[in-house]
Amino acid sequence: MVSVQKVEAVKEALRVPFRMKLEFDYAMGAHAERFFHALRDHARILGVKCPACKRVYVPPRPVCGICFVETRDWGEVSDEGTLVGCTVVDLPFIDPMTGERRPVPYGFAIIRLDGADTAMYHFLEETDPKRMYVGQRVKAVFREQRTGSLQDILHFRAVQG
Amino acid sequence: MAERVAIVATGQTRHTAKRLDVNLRELITEAVTRALEDADLRIQDIDAVFLGNMEPFEGFMFPELWSVEGWGGYGKPAIKFNTGGTVGTTTTMAAYYYLAAGLYETVLAIGFEKQSEGHTQAAITTVGDPIWERTMMAGAVGNFAVMASTYVHESGVTPEQAAKVAVKARRNACNNEYAHLQMPNITVEEVMQSQMLAHPIRKLDMCPQSDGAVAMVLASEAKAKKLASRPAWIKAVATAHEQQYMGDSPKRLAIMRSQVTASQKVYKAAGIANPRKDLDVAEIYEVATYAEMAMYENLGFCERGQGGVLIDQGVTSMEGELPVNPSGGVLSANPIGATAMIRVAEAALQVMGKAGKRQVPNVHTALATGYGGNAWTDALILSSR
Amino acid sequence: MMGRVVIVGAVQTRYEPRKAHQAINELVYEVVAGLLKQTGVRMQEIDSMVTASQDAWDGKTISSMSVNEVVGAYLKSEAKVAADGIQALIYGAARILAGAFDYTLIVAHCKESEGQPDEITKVMFDPFCERPLGLNDAVAAGLQARRYISVAGIDSRALALVSQKNHRSAKRNPLAQRSGDYSLDEILAAPSFADPLTELMAGPRSDGACALLLASAEKAAAFGDRAVCIAGMGNSTDSYWTDRDLSEAEALRQAAQRAYTKAGISPDQVDVAEISARYAHEELLYGEALGLWKREELSALLAEKNPLRKRTKVNPSGGPITGNPTTVAGLARVAEGYLQLAQLAGDRQVPGAQVAVAHGASGVCGQSQSVVILRRGNA
Repeated sequence: MVSVQKVEAVKEALRVPFRMKLEFDYAMGAHAERFFHALRDHARILGVKCPACKRVYVPPRPVCGICFVETRDWGEVSDEGTLVGCTVVDLPFIDPMTGERRPVPYGFAIIRLDGADTAMYHFLEETDPKRMYVGQRVKAVFREQRTGSLQDILHFRAVQG
Repeated sequence: MAERVAIVATGQTRHTAKRLDVNLRELITEAVTRALEDADLRIQDIDAVFLGNMEPFEGFMFPELWSVEGWGGYGKPAIKFNTGGTVGTTTTMAAYYYLAAGLYETVLAIGFEKQSEGHTQAAITTVGDPIWERTMMAGAVGNFAVMASTYVHESGVTPEQAAKVAVKARRNACNNEYAHLQMPNITVEEVMQSQMLAHPIRKLDMCPQSDGAVAMVLASEAKAKKLASRPAWIKAVATAHEQQYMGDSPKRLAIMRSQVTASQKVYKAAGIANPRKDLDVAEIYEVATYAEMAMYENLGFCERGQGGVLIDQGVTSMEGELPVNPSGGVLSANPIGATAMIRVAEAALQVMGKAGKRQVPNVHTALATGYGGNAWTDALILSSR
Repeated sequence: MMGRVVIVGAVQTRYEPRKAHQAINELVYEVVAGLLKQTGVRMQEIDSMVTASQDAWDGKTISSMSVNEVVGAYLKSEAKVAADGIQALIYGAARILAGAFDYTLIVAHCKESEGQPDEITKVMFDPFCERPLGLNDAVAAGLQARRYISVAGIDSRALALVSQKNHRSAKRNPLAQRSGDYSLDEILAAPSFADPLTELMAGPRSDGACALLLASAEKAAAFGDRAVCIAGMGNSTDSYWTDRDLSEAEALRQAAQRAYTKAGISPDQVDVAEISARYAHEELLYGEALGLWKREELSALLAEKNPLRKRTKVNPSGGPITGNPTTVAGLARVAEGYLQLAQLAGDRQVPGAQVAVAHGASGVCGQSQSVVILRRGNA
């Protein structure tokens, strides 16, 4: 017979370390590809319009979620826009694309570009929270060497509104 | 006609930063055992099991199948959800629909997470779309800070008002034996001097990361009446989504279209004309102090721009007109896969009159919400009748 | 008997090794747009969606966030099941049975090409005793196949016959990823996948999506013969793979029994069975658990000119062994069952099919099992 004993509480709290290999190779798809061609080759930012409600979407996408109508006309939006929200991140943070620690503090914002009806995240050049505000006007600073990713925009810089 | 459905029992673990004394399977067992004891049921009495968890936080796929012995799943129908912060409410709502359809009579709903076992920041970062958002993501904190800045701009709420939310939550948590952060002596000054994470969010403005599990027994009408003297009836449920990307919603937290839509739907279905008056208590998924005030506005507890005033006036305190988060809320415990179901369980405890030291007197109608992903909102109304 | 929910349409993508030209939202929009076109239902009429996908496969926490917009869920109720899409379908049916919605859209997607399958499937395994051994889905399939053929008293030639039959059937399925007239020797001599399985006995890595539209009985009338009744549904959960005999599929037996009972249908009435068998041995094991044959009949049935054709036609689509991504595979079985009963299956149509069984599984060696029984007509 096996003797029945209650399990004792843990003493050492032993653990098993496990590293998950997370390597992916995402297909961008037709909409992103068109956007990133324009960004990489011409430093232009494109949006796509819903033919029903006329909203201009950046990022571009196959369908307007509100009307459920396929988007159609492409057009350039401005490289200038307005801050919808902004912050300065002080919390040390691992960059998911590189695995490296990103230097803090850095400016981080959600920006609506002129000509677009939606906004997108990007970095700000400014790192002082007192010198940024919702409604502030900003302009994209493009990298010299562009590869076809959102990092082709280095960050956004405040401009006189 | 759909079956009426009620929550008849709940069980929770003591939520805490690291449960090194149990593995994930054993953590689940604790909550399930407590829920079954609360209902005076054995696992054999359960027809089906509904599970919610965010397995990227543990580095797992199908953790519920690995842990099947921990929840008595052998031979039972079971279904698993993964929807981010809302997963606990999403899972509860699935149990509700199956019971309302008459497919089962007595079921278990379980939410669980051991956030200490994985890399929370990395798992949250991969919420961002890999092509459009991920390089720019700054975890939950950076994202919430940006949202908070918009809300501050719209409503004029102050860091003091945010700090009052943090104080309310952590003091309420002292009455909840399951809460992770219990801080009886916390002050507004302490919150406002805590570490700045991302302007304007300070450490004590944010929720913690927790290990924890919750389980509930839900039943169809005839069973519910046998199993509980005062069941918490589910009167209405609703879900609403945003569009695909984080920047699609015009003013994020400040005008959360999804939360406005979902709450209006459940109010209408449950006959609630004035939520501040008609609700007796709310357990909301608030994540950060600023979010709680924005949600007061989205949920119709006050007019636009009045979220800060509500906290100043103590309307949502334990003694106030509409107590919000007597449990201490997400600000006091956040095992992500369980968090939203904890809101439902706490709301059910209030309706059942079993909330102990955190009981609000005479609760007949309660609101529970879930929130996650890109402004994904769930809302449920529980009622004593 | 249930009979209050019908399927009114089903659309799949072509299954391909790598859909490099489509992002996930574009892939899913393809099937959703196709489904709206096929059914004539407008998105404005649909208020409920249940999707299935896996964070680990998508490399994204909350994988459904990529598809909420393209499944039409803006301000509507969508939930995501982290299991095979057949579970999403069962939940969707429950939503309609509850009287909460007239329609529910069901969608599953997966692009197996974007991550590293052997690494991704590793995280299904016990972190303490198994992950250090490097176990993954392929290794477990090999172990189960060996256990099964040993206990059943058959050899790898039987597995080759299953593969041969399905790849031949897939020639009639324009959506299939892999098809052809392989000889048994070719199949047996293919590179090893995980002994005793060769690469032609295991489904290839695949990208694809599948969408179905469920409707209430009240809405069904307008769809005529295109409405197919969900007569029964069943699901059950087995022990973890190391805690059970892998030559049995007890949870599937339980799930099937629940579904047959609800439907009032017995296995000998089934015209078409679509079985989620990514690996050749699974078709034999699962067909038995679905009551389509007895284990002692296997050798004789495999020796027939039409192998495994007792009464039921098994996997006329070719099944997942010819290429269906995980998570999509089970929902695709329901889609194929629907196409058969709605007489929309084209070259792979089984004439006169009245009853179909669709099967899906999730987890290591099919730990979670689901069965959906379809009956022609919307009664």
